[in-house]
Amino acid sequence: MFDAKFFIYLAVMAGVTYLIRMIPLVLFKKKITNKFFLSLLHYIPYAVLSAMTVPAAFFATDHILSAVIGVLFALILAYKNKSLIIVAAGATVGVLLTELIYLMV
Amino acid sequence: MKKKNFIKGIKDGFPICIGYFSVAFAFGIFAVANGLSSLEALFISMTNVTSAGQLAAVPIIAGGGSFIELGMTQVIINLRYALMSISLSQKFDSGITLKDRLLIAFVNTDEVFAVATSQRGLLSKYYMFGLILTPFLGWSTGTIIGAVAGDILPSIITDSLSLAIYGMFIAIVVPEIKANKSTFACVMIAIALSCSFYFIPILKSVPSGFAIIICALVSAGIMAIVSPIDTKEAEENV
Repeated sequence: MFDAKFFIYLAVMAGVTYLIRMIPLVLFKKKITNKFFLSLLHYIPYAVLSAMTVPAAFFATDHILSAVIGVLFALILAYKNKSLIIVAAGATVGVLLTELIYLMV
Repeated sequence: MKKKNFIKGIKDGFPICIGYFSVAFAFGIFAVANGLSSLEALFISMTNVTSAGQLAAVPIIAGGGSFIELGMTQVIINLRYALMSISLSQKFDSGITLKDRLLIAFVNTDEVFAVATSQRGLLSKYYMFGLILTPFLGWSTGTIIGAVAGDILPSIITDSLSLAIYGMFIAIVVPEIKANKSTFACVMIAIALSCSFYFIPILKSVPSGFAIIICALVSAGIMAIVSPIDTKEAEENV
C-alpha cells in the first residue's frame, strides 16, 4: 500500500519543516533586525493562509452554497474575535445546516 | 518542581490538543478524499505537525508533483517557524540542553509558540515537554480517526468537517486584518493572486504549491516594501 515515492515525499516535507524549526532554536542567539525581512515574516503567514483559503474553501464541499455559508459563519465569528475552535465549529455548522436544508427541499 | 512544571505544561497545552484534534480530523478526511491512505495521512501528521504545510502538501503528493515543488512550498509556508524558534530560544532557561532543543523544535507550532512565549519568565524543559505532549497526541489521533471515519461518515458530515481547517485559518487572519490595514492590503493582494491562479486558464497550469509561494512572496514582499512593520514592536511581539 505504500510506494517508495511516498516516503521520499514524506522525508522531504518532514525534513524541511523540521530544519526550519530546529536550526534557529539550536543556533541563533541574536535577534533579527533587518526591517524588510522582519516585515516579510510578519506578512507571510496571513498571505499564505488567505491564498490557501480563497478560493479553495468555496470548492471544498459538494455544493458551493454550503461552503459560502460556512465561510460566512466563520468570518462573522472571527470578526467577533471568537476562539479558534468556535470559528472552526461555526464553519462546520454553517455547511451542515445548508446541506440539511438542501436535503429537505 | 519538575513535576509541577510538567503538569502546568500539560494544563496549558490541553486546549491546544482539543483544537488540534478537530482540525486534524478534518485534515484526515481531506487527505483520504485526495487519494492518500489513512496511514499515509497519519505519517504526515506525526512527522510534520503543521496544518497549513500539510494541507498544501496533500494535492502535491496526490498529484505526483515534484520534490522541489513540495520542498519549496514547505519552506515558504513554514518559514514563520524560523522566526518563532529564534524568539522561543530566548525564553529557555539554562537547564534546556541541545538534546531538549532538538525535541522541542519538532512541535514548535503557532499555538505552542503563542502559549509558551506568553508565559512570564524563563521556561523549563519540563514545562515545554508537558506543553507539546498533548497537542502532538491530539494532532496524530485526530488525523487517523478522521482519515478512517472519512470513509464511513456520510458526505454531509465530511463536507461540513472539511471546512473546519479553513475556519481555523479565517480565525487567525480576520482579527489581524481587522486591526492592521497593511495586513488587510496584503491579504487582499494574496487573494486576488490566488484567484488568478485558480480561474485564469494559462495560470491554472501552475502547480498548486508554486502558486501559493508566488501569492505569498509577491503580496508580502509588496507590503514589506510599501509598509514595513515597526521593528521594535515586532521584536516584542514575536
